[in-house]
Formats: sequence, C-alpha cells, structure tokens
Amino acid sequence: MAQIFHRSTNTVARVSIYGSLVALLALSFALYGLSASPYYTDVNQPKDQPVPFSHRHHAGELGIDCRYCHTSVEESSFAGIPPTQTCMTCHSQIWTNSAMLEPVRASYRSGRSLEWIRVNALPDFVYFNHSIHVHKGIGCTTCHGPIAEMPLTWKANTLQMSWCLGCHRAPEKFVRPRDQVFNPNYQPPADQAVLGAQLVKEYQIQSLTNCSTCHR
Amino acid sequence: MSASHTPPIIEPGYTFASVSDKISSIILGRRTPRWWWLGLAVSISILMVFNLAVTYLLARGVGIWGINIPVGWGFAIINFVWWIGIGHAGTLISAILLLLRQKWRTSINRFAEAMTIFAVACAGAFPLLHMGRPWLFYWLMPYPNTMGTWPQFRSPLVWDVFAVSTYATVSLMFWFVGMVPDLATLRDRAKNRLAQVVYGFLAMGWRGSAVHWHRYETASLLLAGLATPLVVSVHTVVSFDFAIGIEAGWHATIFPPYFVAGAIYSGFAMVMTLSIPLRKLYQLEDFITMRHLDNMAKVMLATGLIVAYGYMMETFMAFYSGDTYEKFMILNRMTGPYRNFYWTLILCNVLLPQVLWLRRVRSSVPMLFVMSLVVNTGMWLERFIIVVTSLHRDFLPSSWGMYYPTRWDWATYLGTLGLFFTLMFLFLRFLPVIAIAEMRGLVPAGSGGKKE
Repeated sequence: MAQIFHRSTNTVARVSIYGSLVALLALSFALYGLSASPYYTDVNQPKDQPVPFSHRHHAGELGIDCRYCHTSVEESSFAGIPPTQTCMTCHSQIWTNSAMLEPVRASYRSGRSLEWIRVNALPDFVYFNHSIHVHKGIGCTTCHGPIAEMPLTWKANTLQMSWCLGCHRAPEKFVRPRDQVFNPNYQPPADQAVLGAQLVKEYQIQSLTNCSTCHR
Repeated sequence: MSASHTPPIIEPGYTFASVSDKISSIILGRRTPRWWWLGLAVSISILMVFNLAVTYLLARGVGIWGINIPVGWGFAIINFVWWIGIGHAGTLISAILLLLRQKWRTSINRFAEAMTIFAVACAGAFPLLHMGRPWLFYWLMPYPNTMGTWPQFRSPLVWDVFAVSTYATVSLMFWFVGMVPDLATLRDRAKNRLAQVVYGFLAMGWRGSAVHWHRYETASLLLAGLATPLVVSVHTVVSFDFAIGIEAGWHATIFPPYFVAGAIYSGFAMVMTLSIPLRKLYQLEDFITMRHLDNMAKVMLATGLIVAYGYMMETFMAFYSGDTYEKFMILNRMTGPYRNFYWTLILCNVLLPQVLWLRRVRSSVPMLFVMSLVVNTGMWLERFIIVVTSLHRDFLPSSWGMYYPTRWDWATYLGTLGLFFTLMFLFLRFLPVIAIAEMRGLVPAGSGGKKE
C-alpha cells in the first residue's frame, strides 16, 4: 500500500507541535506588551484641545494655584473643569484680541461651554474622590505627573488598578506634607521613608485595599 | 454465583478480525443510516435554540434569566452541577475500572469518555454565561494583570476553575490517547483519500510496533492515575461551592462524598440512557451485553443508596444540630412552595430505583432505560432543590422570594442538550464508538489466533 504521507510530515509534525507552544508564548508576551504600551494606555500622549491650553504656562510659569480653576478639588469627588467665566477673569483684560483665544470669547458670548477633551478618566464602576486624597497629603503631581511642564496636557499614569494599588498598598512612599499638596514642583525629600511613615501616622492614613473601597 | 448465570462481556464466536470489522464498519462500511441524519438534524435544531438563547443573553445580559436576589444562582448552577456530574461516570469507567482491571469496562469506556467530554463542555458553558461578561473569562486565571491582584484563592469558585479545566484537559487527553491505535486501524481500512489523511493525521504515525504499544500502555496507565483522583476531587470542589458558604442546607461536611456519589449515580444513568439505544441501533448487543447493563444497574443502585443516605443525614443533622435556620430549611424543603419538586426527587432518586434489586428488572432493557431516565430527572431535581430551596428563604425573611425560570433559562438548558447530542451524533459517525484494540484483547486466545 502506498504511503499516505510524505516522509517530511514527521518534521512538520514536530515543528508544529513545538512551534505552537512557542507561538502561544510569543502571543501572550505580545499581548502583555500591547496592554502596557501607550497605544493602549494613552500615557504620555498629549491631547489636542479646542483651545491649546498650556498648564506649563499657567501653573508653571505664572504660578496660578491649581484650585483657582479646579475649585471643587478640596470638597468634592470631582476636581472641576473651570467654566469659561474663570478664563475670562483674566482674558477679558489680557490677550483680548488673540486669535487663539477666539473660541473662549465665543463661548463666553454664546454661553455654550468649551468642549474640552477628557484626559484622565476612570471607568464608572470605580469610586474615586479627589477631596480625601488631597486632605490626606497626596499631591496633584503624584497622579497627574509634572503638570507644570505640560504645554498640552497628557495622561501621566495608566490609571490601571495595579497603579492605584501601588499607592494604596504603600501610601508612605507617596504622601507629602499637606502644605505641599498643590505645589507642582514638589520633589520628595531623600528621607521620604522616614517622613512618609511619620505623615501616615499623623494624617491617620489607612491602607485601604478592600474591593469595596473603590468598587462600591 | 455460577458462571452459567452471568452473561459474558463479549458474545462467543468473534475473532480479532471480526471485532475490527464490526466496529470499524460503523464508520467506514455501510451507508449512513437514516436515523442518524434524523437524530443529527433534531440535535442541531436544538443547538440552534442554544445559539439563539446565548446570543440574546450576550446582547441583553443575565437579566433575561429568572435569577434575582435572593436566588442568584438558578438554572446556571443547577445545570452546571448536573452536567459535570454526568461526566463523572466516564472518568470512573475509564480510569478507576482500568486500574481495577475490570474487563467489562472495555466496550463502554470509549463512548463513556466521549460523554464525559461533551458533558464537561455543556457544564463549562453555564458558569461562563452566568458571569455576564463571558469574554472576560480569563480574569478567572492567575496571570500578571493590570489590576495588580490575583483571583481570590480563598474562594471555592476559583478552585472550580482549576478543577474543571484540569478535568476537561485530562479527560480529553485520555480519550485521545486511547483512540490512537483505533484511529490507525481506521486509517488502514479507509478507502477514500480524505478519510485516510484525516485518520492518518489523528493517528500520529501509529505503526503498532512493540515500542508504540509499550508507550501506549504506559501513557494510559499514567493518565488513569491522573484521572483517578479527579473522579473524587472535581465534584468535591463543586460541592465546596456550596459547602464553604454559610447558607442553611449547604454548610455541611457530608457534601463532598454525597456529591461524588450523586455524580457517579447520574453519570451511570446517562451511560445507560445512551448505551441502550446505541447497542440496538448499531446491533452491538454482542459487545455491550446484558452483563454490562446489569453491572451498571448495580453501580446505580449502590451510589443511589449513598445518595439516599445523604438525604437522610441532611434531615437528621438539621434537627440534631438544633439550628433554627437548618430546621426551617429542611421543613421548607419538604412542605414549602417547592415541596413537589422535593418529593418527586425522593421518588426518582430513592424510591423507584429500589426496583433495581430485582434481577428481573436488571435483565429487562426497557425497564433499565426507563430507570436511567428517572434517575437523570431525579438528579437534576436534586440540584434544583439544593440551589433554590436554600437561597429562596434564608436568614432574612424580609428578602425571601421565589425563583421562576424564564423561557430563556429553559432554552439555554435544553440547548445544551442539543449541543451534547450534536457532538454525540458526530462522534458516533466519525470515531470508533467502542475501543477496537481493547476489544481484541477480550477475544479468547484460541479463537483470535487467526491473522487478519
């Protein structure tokens, strides 16, 4: 009886058995790499906005306090996106003819809000409250990155759960004195370990890692 | 018992060649029988109902089912436990009876194993669908993830993932490895080129050399050794899904053995349900003899008694413990809104199967077939009673409620029967339904000496 398969089939069989193992491994590495890449996480990707608002200029060079615009950050879960009126407190007096700011003036005239593109967003199944973090000594830049150096704002961290837990499991590594929370140029001291432990005690910071802390 | 009263495990007059002929001709020889087409058509139609139910479920979410607080488990878990229990007989037959050198297992082990695999496939569908977002099923697995957490290893639901996936893998391997020599037989006997290539591919170059047989035997024994603890462990873990919880009626140490016995009970009932029509339709009465049916009936009787003991102990412990909630639960089972289900379950699982004590019943094929259906029904009702009666009236009377399955619950459940029988019909048509190589081993040495 004639052979059904050519003798090369033996090689093909071996290569495909071991090859599929290798391919599976490679695929899982590729997927893992993709899930950590900016393509998926949006980290460090500046977003175009209706008006090219620069945090570097306003918060960095001019030194305007974060809370001047993000007014509800100390009382509310949401830090707040400023209304056009907040922009116009200054821009009714300076750069009044700037073409770049025409959308701001148009918004002010018509009463229609500027439609900013959201940069940092958490899914709806996550409960997050800005005020408690600010009050327990977590600085703006701890999560939002070097905001005073951003000409256009970008997401500085993945906001993935593992990132949240990085701090929730070890808050002493990130906590800073309360009077430094809104300082965009704050650098942690060399003795963060000592200071952190002390602040955790002083501010009575709990390491909350229960599911229901955030998934309520 | 004298030998003359015991039917043989293979009728006399067979040789190596005639055994191979008879079994392989089911696939290669004759024309596909009309009943096969009919059966497959009906099964696929029901499978389409399953597809419809699942599609609608994925579009709308689990709200289309009857589950709600207080009964959050419902049909999904009932059917999961029922199906996975059915699978257990296949593993018992193929692994434990192999290690115990029970030769009568030979002619039923192949399709019992197939039944196991198809039943596990049906079982696996339910927890996945019950998750609501089945496309995220991989969250159940421990892998480095963006959430920075591991699955909750203290939860038996996670143990379940490992138990069931291990079970599916080992069963599949066992089934396939056992089939390799038979696939080679089919390859050698096939006349058409496509069949030669497909069976040749699946036979993985089997030439029947002494080395091949040696490795085959070693692999079979190793897999049997691996599968043996699974017979006990898988349904033990399934029972932990209940027993680790503090619900009245669930939180009992008797659950693991009681579940395992119930699994084997329902599994043998299903093997019986399948083998009786099978031997008739393919004229395999010489291979699946009355001896097989008799033995299976005895296993059913024994495991059925263990299950009955379980029911007794549940009731006894409820009162012996003096626990208000346990007492209420058992009384609510017996006299509450689901009492008809409970008493039907007792009838099907405890009372009616006692007729299997009678030799007259065990040698009557129609009676055995009816009993196998009765036990299958009873075991399904048992899971319904366990899941629903404990949940629907638990510790907080203000949250008591009733559970009513919706038409989508029924469509999904019946749909998995379609899936099961579709796979079964395809298996009957394209794979050797009885282990040819092992059957040759049963042929008495003198009559089998002739060369093919």
